[in-house]
Amino acid sequence: MNMDLVRIQKHDFSVNEEIERVKAVSQSIGGVVAFLGTARDISKGEEIVRLDFEHYHGMAEKKLREIRDAALKNFNIIEMGVVHRVGNVDIGENIVLIVAAAQHRNDAFMACEWAIAELKRITPIWKKEKTRKGEVWVEEHP
Amino acid sequence: MTIKVRFFAMLKTKAGKEEVNLTVSENISLAQLKDMLKKEFPVLAEFIDSKSIMISVNQEFAVKNTIIKGGDEVALLPPFSGG
Repeated sequence: MNMDLVRIQKHDFSVNEEIERVKAVSQSIGGVVAFLGTARDISKGEEIVRLDFEHYHGMAEKKLREIRDAALKNFNIIEMGVVHRVGNVDIGENIVLIVAAAQHRNDAFMACEWAIAELKRITPIWKKEKTRKGEVWVEEHP
Repeated sequence: MTIKVRFFAMLKTKAGKEEVNLTVSENISLAQLKDMLKKEFPVLAEFIDSKSIMISVNQEFAVKNTIIKGGDEVALLPPFSGG
């Protein structure tokens, strides 16, 4: 397994570079679907000025690797990359990227959709929203 | 024997610390661990009883019959909000 394809990191990532990394795995790839989660400036009507992500180091990485492994097993895809940022994330910046690559687009769409939902469900990562009034830990994952 | 208990996100703020070592004389059940934590951290009692909090043992989700042994790393995990 190529560990570089699944990462948690503080610094920003390049969507193009991540897609190229996944594409480089096989010339049989004919469709790539990417989900990019970004930091928006509004939550429940409140203006957000910055986000701060905390993770359970070790367990969070393990869960992301499990998601990739399960996606490769259960969907007809060739490769999957998962990158999530932690620490401070400014509005407009990248938070998470899932890249699913398959011979055909439908398998890539399905795997990508499943993977982001599963990431939100089982990965110990928490988001703190900083507003002008203060900071609040987000407790749900819509 | 000691068990390391780690707190994350909102629970870390509530507990006022990142981790604590609990001393146990023998292996304990998940229910016993919850009781110990509630006694140690009354401020966390309502969260520990709530279904939305998950507990991990050695970085894997605990289930009802999980047994906790000396040296284990336990963590209290509030609802996730990554992605």
